[in-house]
Amino acid sequence: MNGSFVDLASMKEPFVDLVRGLGAGGGMDSAGLGVRKAVGFVAPALLLIGVFLVFPALWTLYIGITNYQLTGPAAASPQVVGLDNVVEAVRDPLFTNSLWLTALFVLFSAVVGQNLLGFALAWLLRSVSPWLRRTTEGLVLLSWILPSTVVAFLWFAVLSRDTGTLGLLLGSPETSWLVQYPMTSLIIFNIWRGTAFSMLLYTSALAAVPPSQLETARLVGASGWQTVRDVVFPHIRGHVLTNTLLISLWTANDFTPFLLTSGGPNHRSEVLPVLIYRQALEGGQLGYASAMSMLLLVGNLVIALVYLRLLRRRA
Amino acid sequence: MRRTKMFGLLAVCGLVAGCLGQTQEGDQARNADAKEITLTIVANAAQGGKNARGANWLQNWVIPKFTEQQKAKGVTATIKFEQNGTGDEDFKTKVALDLKTGGGGDIIEIDGIWLGEFAQSGGIKPLADVVGDTSWDGWDKIPKAVQGLGEFDGKRYGVPMGTDGRVLFFNKKLFAQAGLPADWQPRSWQDVLDAGARLKSLPGVTPLQLNAGTAMGEATTMQGVLPALVGTGKPIYDNGKWQGDSANVKDVLGLYQKVYGGGLGDPVLQQEANGRQRSFQLFSENKIGVLMESDYFWRSVVEPKNGVAKMADRDTAVGWALVPAKQSKAGVGGQDFVSMSGGGVRVINPNTKYPKQAWEFMQFLNSAEAVKESLAGTAQLTQRQDVNDQVLKGDPMLTFIAEKVLPITRYRPGLANYPKVSAALQQATADVVSGKSPDEAAQAYRAALVKAVGEENVG
Amino acid sequence: MSPLWIVRRIGFYVLITVVLAFFAVPMLWLASAPFDSKPGLGLRWPDWTFSNVSATFAHPYTLSSLVNSLILCVIATVVTTVLASLAAYALSRVRIPGRDLLLYLLLLLSSVVTGTAAMVPIFVMMLQLGLINSQFGTALVIAGGMLPAAIFILKDFVDAVPRSYEESARVFGASPWQVLGHVVLPVARPGVATIFVWAFVNAWGNFLLPFLLLRDVGQQPAAVLLRTLYDEGGSANLTVIPVFSLLYSIPVVVLYLFVSKRYGFRFHGGIKS
Repeated sequence: MNGSFVDLASMKEPFVDLVRGLGAGGGMDSAGLGVRKAVGFVAPALLLIGVFLVFPALWTLYIGITNYQLTGPAAASPQVVGLDNVVEAVRDPLFTNSLWLTALFVLFSAVVGQNLLGFALAWLLRSVSPWLRRTTEGLVLLSWILPSTVVAFLWFAVLSRDTGTLGLLLGSPETSWLVQYPMTSLIIFNIWRGTAFSMLLYTSALAAVPPSQLETARLVGASGWQTVRDVVFPHIRGHVLTNTLLISLWTANDFTPFLLTSGGPNHRSEVLPVLIYRQALEGGQLGYASAMSMLLLVGNLVIALVYLRLLRRRA
Repeated sequence: MRRTKMFGLLAVCGLVAGCLGQTQEGDQARNADAKEITLTIVANAAQGGKNARGANWLQNWVIPKFTEQQKAKGVTATIKFEQNGTGDEDFKTKVALDLKTGGGGDIIEIDGIWLGEFAQSGGIKPLADVVGDTSWDGWDKIPKAVQGLGEFDGKRYGVPMGTDGRVLFFNKKLFAQAGLPADWQPRSWQDVLDAGARLKSLPGVTPLQLNAGTAMGEATTMQGVLPALVGTGKPIYDNGKWQGDSANVKDVLGLYQKVYGGGLGDPVLQQEANGRQRSFQLFSENKIGVLMESDYFWRSVVEPKNGVAKMADRDTAVGWALVPAKQSKAGVGGQDFVSMSGGGVRVINPNTKYPKQAWEFMQFLNSAEAVKESLAGTAQLTQRQDVNDQVLKGDPMLTFIAEKVLPITRYRPGLANYPKVSAALQQATADVVSGKSPDEAAQAYRAALVKAVGEENVG
Repeated sequence: MSPLWIVRRIGFYVLITVVLAFFAVPMLWLASAPFDSKPGLGLRWPDWTFSNVSATFAHPYTLSSLVNSLILCVIATVVTTVLASLAAYALSRVRIPGRDLLLYLLLLLSSVVTGTAAMVPIFVMMLQLGLINSQFGTALVIAGGMLPAAIFILKDFVDAVPRSYEESARVFGASPWQVLGHVVLPVARPGVATIFVWAFVNAWGNFLLPFLLLRDVGQQPAAVLLRTLYDEGGSANLTVIPVFSLLYSIPVVVLYLFVSKRYGFRFHGGIKS
């Protein structure tokens, strides 16, 4: 159970640091908060997180090293099987397939899709009439705030065969988009669903770019792309990274694909959260599913480490 | 509001007590003379939602009636109904969590096929262990085969709630256009394929709908693989072993290949998340020729008034025929025709505080009067023969199921491994539909089966 | 006005139109299907009727489930926003070594717990705490899962609030609570509002936790009810679902419009790292 111990160990350190840091007097404190008050401010959140998040999460990681099942003989007396689940997962073609699909999903829908479209919207909407700007922003945000069950129905209506809007628009009603192009459909869906966050973030980031620099760029005749690359990007690099981290994590853990394709056809859109759900609920294999959750966590960790490294290089 | 809160609090205390104080269990006479009892019934039914009729019956008829009956005996009974009405897997998870932690309702309605899993995990116990004396005059009224739904490993765990049977439904209007008879009854798989070939000439019509693939879930197994498999002469679980890549399984996958490789079925439909519902819609729009389903299709899908895919002319347009074996006499038990059946079961939670009263409540739920009332004027195959004799008279389709299908039908093996085997079978059909050969698909199926149940359990 | 400029202008508006269409087209179903006599999973000009609406209101739990959703989400959202604001402020202003690492780890763990694999631990824990059937308890679990991301985002907002404001407030003798309430939060208000909406939206769609933890149908939220609108064969009840989807969407839209009008809905000042 390597992964889990690493997690446990690295979990402890920040807490130790936290206590030590507070004990040492906290460093610069412009708010005059005082260490004691600061602890008081953080404590309720940490308590709630500790009880309802850290504790079940660690327990889940523990279940990952057992053969725990919801029903059947193994449910009566679960046994610790150590790393078996992890080994089995790595060898399981369904898992590797899932891992690959999740990587594609995150890369194309979040890192590329939401990022670019979010930035493009933020950039373009600076120079349009307030009316158009509000309408566009409103629509983009609406797709972000609607409940996912409702959103699933909306997209069925777009992508289904015979009556689907997309088929009618493109004049090919016989295409069943979710069956014939499942991953492409999901990627486009997720761009639709999540762009709002990137757009909001970049809108505010662009507001922080000094107008004088943009003006200079315009005067020297820089093209739009050159302006973005040479003037804007250096200012918003940190935003780009934060945004990419958050949307990558959210996308990697997104369960909405289940509502649209249930992982099908024939596992062709079975991203990890869907696979885990199906193993846990439909298969009752809680031990195995927990082990896969842990591997998903490790995947998330890798994303976060890459992000931290990029951030540090900036600094 | 305050009251419900108090009840909630009490229920929580009850749950915790039930969880911590499991010493109660085992004493079948505990609280047998209590003057104040609380019983909870849990069902995957919700008023205004899934199985609304059952939910309304429990809430509006059973609870007041039973409370009244108890009152007459000087017992104050509080009966609660925990409504669910969600996906079967979600519901099963909830029940499993309840039973695992020693909580849950006193009487729980589950799918008969989960019985083995729950029994093996110790979540439920044989009825006699829970309530002691299980004698009841109702047993005589429930046919032996139907009682089998509530049994596991030769022991009785619960009381079945009714059953169903699978047949081939066909669209008589399309049959007339294709020059096929209105009283069609195929005698072999080839007959069905031949009819499909005739229907294929009609524009915009999919001749056959044989559920396939993983998106349909259990519907693929129950309305596809298993009826075909018993038509080859051997059920999926036989002599203590699951069938591997046997000739029979390959025959069944060969049938799938003929249907979906030969343009008689719509392969894309099988893979859509809403494929099954869509197939119903298409049938009702006269776009599917033949469709294998249980009597649920007749009662709740194409039913003219409340069906999910209403057919105003159902009574004249929809025909039905027995599912043929591969060829004459090739079916299981040497039968010419075959079918598969399933149904729900009510079990008593071993952790109940009032085993005797729960059993009494169970008998009430299964009394002729209650069962008849649960139908609310509609016709359906109930667990009780005496009720069936009365209510099925007006419905030729359901009479057909009761008289012609139930005598030849088979039930799924209620074993904990069944869901995994079922998933492997669904995958095998998905493989064939997406172009693999039956041999390849059968091999992959065997590998999945060995992984799921162990080499020693595969025949 | 050079021809090039005109071409670019036209291209620009074509682009905006395409983007608008991309975001708008899927929503059309929500406008047509609820009022169509034969609603399906597809878009078409409706055969107008209000019978679906009356059928939806005839359902015994439509309204109560929406009320329950409100109760559940308001608790979860208020808890998340308040606790996250306090924590974000303290973490932003008092330098604690290992603070970022801690935040990242919590952010990562939140993904495990929101997954289905954690349902057994959560269920058993809630049972032992006596919080089954408690809307408050369920809301706390939901809040616990959202807090790390909320703190993470809010901290960056608070970081952007100039410290000189607080220092001047302190000069006038304001207590830390007053500084937070009267100086920092008003400046970071769009951020707090954004987190509020974000948390509300997330809690509003949560199905599995309320389903497992709330047993009384009279307490269950709309997300759970929406899943019950299927028949025994798994077919969707398309008479009720479209109207209910619409009703279910209205509160989040209203909340967004209200917050956006009142406080401005954007990452004002932005997330900095």
